[in-house]
Amino acid sequence: MDLALIFLRRLSHAVLLVLAVLVLNFLLIHLAPGDPADVIAGEMGGATEEMLAEIRELYGLNKPVIVQLGIYLGRAVQGDLGQSFFYNAPVSELILGRIGPTILLVTAALSFAIFVGTFLGVLASYKPKGFLSGFVTLFAVIGYSAPIFWTGLMLVIVFAWLIPVFPIAGMYDVTLDNGPVGRVLDILHHLILPALTLGIVYIAQYARLTRASMLEILGSDYIRTARAKGVSGPKIYGYHALRNAIIPIVTIAGLQFGSIVSGAVLVETVFSWPGLGTLAFDSILARDYPTVLGILFFSAVLVIVANLITDIVYRFVDPRIRTGG
Amino acid sequence: MAPLLSVKNLLVEFKTRAGIAKVLNNVSLDVHSGEILGVVGESGCGKSMTALSIMGLVPSPPGNVAGGTIELNGEDLLSASNKRLHQMRGKEISMIFQEPMTSLNPVFKVGHQIAEAILLHEKTTKSLAWERSVKMLDRVGIPEAAIRANSYPHEMSGGMRQRVMIAIALACNPKLLIADEPTTALDVTVQAQIFDLLRELQRETGTAIIMITHDMGAISELADRVAVMYAGHIIETGDTKDILSKPQHPYTRGLIACVPHLEENPSEERPYLAEIPGVVPPLTDLGKGCTFAPRCDFRTDDCTGSQPSLSKISDQHSVSCFNLNTVAS
Ligand SMILES: Nc1ncnc2c1ncn2[C@@H]1O[C@H](COP(=O)(O)OP(=O)(O)OP(=O)(O)O)[C@@H](O)[C@H]1O
Ligand SMILES: [Mg+2]
Repeated sequence: MDLALIFLRRLSHAVLLVLAVLVLNFLLIHLAPGDPADVIAGEMGGATEEMLAEIRELYGLNKPVIVQLGIYLGRAVQGDLGQSFFYNAPVSELILGRIGPTILLVTAALSFAIFVGTFLGVLASYKPKGFLSGFVTLFAVIGYSAPIFWTGLMLVIVFAWLIPVFPIAGMYDVTLDNGPVGRVLDILHHLILPALTLGIVYIAQYARLTRASMLEILGSDYIRTARAKGVSGPKIYGYHALRNAIIPIVTIAGLQFGSIVSGAVLVETVFSWPGLGTLAFDSILARDYPTVLGILFFSAVLVIVANLITDIVYRFVDPRIRTGG
Repeated sequence: MAPLLSVKNLLVEFKTRAGIAKVLNNVSLDVHSGEILGVVGESGCGKSMTALSIMGLVPSPPGNVAGGTIELNGEDLLSASNKRLHQMRGKEISMIFQEPMTSLNPVFKVGHQIAEAILLHEKTTKSLAWERSVKMLDRVGIPEAAIRANSYPHEMSGGMRQRVMIAIALACNPKLLIADEPTTALDVTVQAQIFDLLRELQRETGTAIIMITHDMGAISELADRVAVMYAGHIIETGDTKDILSKPQHPYTRGLIACVPHLEENPSEERPYLAEIPGVVPPLTDLGKGCTFAPRCDFRTDDCTGSQPSLSKISDQHSVSCFNLNTVAS
């Protein structure tokens, strides 16, 4: 089937999905106890009943929820996600200012996890009962069970304190001024620890997945065919088998994007990474509804876009899907 | 003339939960340049293992070649280096398999899979190798070869895929082709086409073929000589016409009687559909007697004492049976 057509169909599904996400999040937040007017008033240092009423009037909080929802949706489709109570700025501006660092962090962590994990998995499949294979399994269990913030703190202790090779926090050094190249290098330098922290859980998972699918593929008839035509060991592993093992990896990467975005919230908080995660953390503490809603909306969009990309990549790695429609 | 391939006293064992399975016992066979050797025998008797041993592809573990020699043009394959084996596979010996549906890599174009074999063994460019693979596709009877070279395996039928496998196997003009039940998974009309194709290509190229099959009809049409296997042993070997018209071993007789026929008058001796009663003994526990003895109508005390050796009854014809005289009469 035509790629453009598939893309359009997926896109229309995605739009419906985003709408559903908006409605659901909005209702959830309004069902939760707590009155934002109280919070806003608290920020201003206490208030009278009159002032509270005024605040409710200003933010439209006195209207029935369903009407509020209508207004919210109406504005959202025009790109207006409302005004932040806490930062006193348009939510969409706040988010656009923070989304770049998050995308950078998440894609860095994910690519790191995929490359290193796949590499380890292929090595482990070479000797399925060898030392490396055992190490990968152990690493997977540890990586999977250790909480992200703990891993983050450990890495900070080791690589920023005991052996201070990486900065502890932030995304760039404000005192540094050495041109665009220096700036990019500086950001990469700051990126390594957070990306490692976020990626480490997934490295282990990709290594396990790759090992398992490689072992299955290595026993298949077409690998025997490759051997029968004289293909040698490294090429059997690195080309004939790996090229097939990539297929489940792509599927899983697409599915995991959502959980890696939510993992980013913790990592950003630990490393003061100026992304959506820290914004989410701060605005939840501040009961800043519009900002929380906006972030939920944007992360849903991120995940949906990631799934669209996965779908397309999938078509490139698996010819059976490409032509099968 | 020295044979192209000479297998002597090959022993192959598999570690299984039930113990060591003796999958091949003293298998010896010769293949001469340009001939077709048919290998027959019921399922599990070790036909594929014989083929894989020659290719050096016995899955190990659990399998291992425990003894014997395999020589191709006088060169010992069992002691050859891995590097040498990689050079020979696909170039001097090729193999096609029983399962065309799963034997091609699903993520590569078929033209690429043929070209790869050429690039591995010959100094040439990618585009020349691609041209050659299109020619090969044409030679194995795939219409619109230049277009089909760009297809993926899943876009082809089983018969087409087996033709692609043949194209891969013959791309570098090997001296020996091992065809392991190349038609078992295909439907009858396609089977005949594949056999015809193999015979035609064999005549053009002079490649020797080891043709493993259940199909006695194909054997009688294609093979110059036949080896009959039972439970990891070769129990009879000889010229095709001798084996088919004067089978000596009780098992070979049974096998030929089993070919369904549609003669006018089925009789007690020759019903439409015959069978050999009983089953193959477990390979982990073969005992010391003739492996066929438990199923044999001509069994005597000798038969349970030791395995009869394969001995010549004429220049070309060898049989392993203690009671040839009683069987013949
Ligand atoms: N991986 C394995 N582990 C244990 N035993 C095995 C293994 N592979 C094959 N065998 C045994 O080796 C014996 C010979 O198998 P082989 O595949 O050579 O039979 P075959 O004659 O080709 O049969 P078929 O006509 O079904 O293809 C069988 O009895 C089988 O049980
Ligand atoms: Mg077989």
